[in-house]
Amino acid sequence: MTLTEKLLARAAGKARVSAGDNIWVSADVLMTHDVCGPGTIGVFKREFGADAKVWDRERVVIIPDHYIFTADSKSNRNVDALREFAREQGLPYFYDVIDDPNGQWKFDASKGLLKKQYGSNYAGVCHTALPQKGHTRPGEVLFGTDSHTCMAGAFNQFATGIGNTDAGFVMGTGRLLIKVPETMHFRIEGQLQPGVMAKDIILHCIGEIGFDGATYRAMQFDGPGVASLSMDDRMTVANMAIEAGGKNGIFEFDARTREYVESRTRLNGTKSTFEPVLADADQKFVYETVIHLDKLEPTVACHPDPGQRKKARELGHIKLDRAYVGSCTGGKTSDFVEFARVLRGRRVTIDTFGVPATPEIVHDLQTTRWGDKTVWQILEDAGVRMTENAGCAACLGGPVDTFGRMNQPGLKCISATNRNFPGRMGHKESQVFLASPATVAASALAGKITDPREYVSN
Amino acid sequence: MQSTFSGPVYVVGDNIDTDQIIPAQYLNLVPTIAEEYEKLGSFALCGLPDDTNPVRFVQEGRMDTEYPIVIAGRNFGCGSSREHAPIAMGAAECQCVVAESFARIFFRNCVATGELYPIECGDRLCDVFKTGDLATVDIDANTIRHHATNRTYSLKPLGEVRPVVDAGGIFEYARQTGMMPAKAA
Repeated sequence: MTLTEKLLARAAGKARVSAGDNIWVSADVLMTHDVCGPGTIGVFKREFGADAKVWDRERVVIIPDHYIFTADSKSNRNVDALREFAREQGLPYFYDVIDDPNGQWKFDASKGLLKKQYGSNYAGVCHTALPQKGHTRPGEVLFGTDSHTCMAGAFNQFATGIGNTDAGFVMGTGRLLIKVPETMHFRIEGQLQPGVMAKDIILHCIGEIGFDGATYRAMQFDGPGVASLSMDDRMTVANMAIEAGGKNGIFEFDARTREYVESRTRLNGTKSTFEPVLADADQKFVYETVIHLDKLEPTVACHPDPGQRKKARELGHIKLDRAYVGSCTGGKTSDFVEFARVLRGRRVTIDTFGVPATPEIVHDLQTTRWGDKTVWQILEDAGVRMTENAGCAACLGGPVDTFGRMNQPGLKCISATNRNFPGRMGHKESQVFLASPATVAASALAGKITDPREYVSN
Repeated sequence: MQSTFSGPVYVVGDNIDTDQIIPAQYLNLVPTIAEEYEKLGSFALCGLPDDTNPVRFVQEGRMDTEYPIVIAGRNFGCGSSREHAPIAMGAAECQCVVAESFARIFFRNCVATGELYPIECGDRLCDVFKTGDLATVDIDANTIRHHATNRTYSLKPLGEVRPVVDAGGIFEYARQTGMMPAKAA
């Protein structure tokens, strides 16, 4: 069995499953957020009763992150609805925006968009917060009401996005009927060269198989090259399995996975036991390819879908209005460090926005020093508008007052985020080009799409 | 259950993602709140760029669409897991989407909510039909008929998906088939 088959067989209590089997699996964790949480709770109460209790309060994780720093009253209300539910159910893992469990969330626009407006429990973007807060464990099944839930596949778990109705069902029963996906095999060899990042790996893979090349399938990443990839790198790759239509992305387990998960579960006091899945000798794949990391170049997915793969060096004719680094995919500490490595001592020539995924990342960037400056200062000195209000922000557009949202037609943005269908970051006549933080940095300096190796010395 | 749907079709191309079906700015609406459910319908497919889709799926100021059938190319509903997407289309009184292929989560959400029938076709019907053409979809016969030419095209059977959508979604289906106890009155 492949890693995904093995994991799902275990979750279904079966010795063996095959691709195409419809099976009931037990969920280890159900995650929801402010955009889909209120609707999920609505389904749960409608179907199981107003007084129903969730199947296991330790396994429901609620992370408001999408529409937080907006004056939109309905969005603020949705955060309050999550708080009310968490209180009523006694949920230990609700990462509220404010500290007062009886309070109400209201964003104060008069304080501006850059200075932090959240309490000590706020965790930021759910997919990045889940591992940081110790909720991702090898061998487990994670369902989330968000398509990028597949990011947790970096930790050798089955993780996939579901809708509100399915999530309402899981909330009440802890189980879900799913089809075992076929597995596509991406064997990773070699090592990334300077100026090339994990984002380039996944943009390359999606370009190889097409925007729907992994529909209903698992994307399995293993091989000798995985050892050189940090957990941040693996998260970036697994995150975008959905951009090829994939059901999940999954990495093999190694010492790095163990170290990360053990330190995070210890730090947060979450469940620390886990049982990884290891590869069998008899794995059957529907597709196999080898990714030679040494040969990859800085890659861009052009408007209007993540499969429009080009090399950054071929796109110098595309002039840009904006650059953006942030989101679950591209807003981690390592992403900002590479962003800063290119920008250090230079100045961007177009509007450039930086939105760290989580408060912990804000803290990292404000305390990590290069010489006499922090990474945060280096970025601000380069002209980047950095906000402390960690969250999804303009990655998915959001309410019109969202930081970095593209509100005019015709704007072109190069972005370290994960999706670029029409209107993704705001106005439906705007365009998004997906790239690594290094490529975003070089392009922000030049005002046109630029290969970061022009700025990175070997 | 109704097994034929007739009326003008609304035609779109490949890769219509969930942002085009229901733009993210309207995700502040909660589908289980009745008036917000209706509001979602008024925004269905409003994220389609004007140059490719100059005619709106739901006219300005209206809550429902005049097109009960949507015809699409490959990968309809790709992108996010937002259930608001099939819900917006269903709330606008759209009955079915006929596409060459569907993205996984959108397909599942159509079935789970019972909002509309996601039907696959073998031919590239989005190149055959034009927005406004009259058509009839028959999910017993698995066909779609183009009225003007009287040509009939075959559709892939809905299979096990059909009774779930017929029932109005997975919870109703589970109750009807005895998998879950009936709701207390």
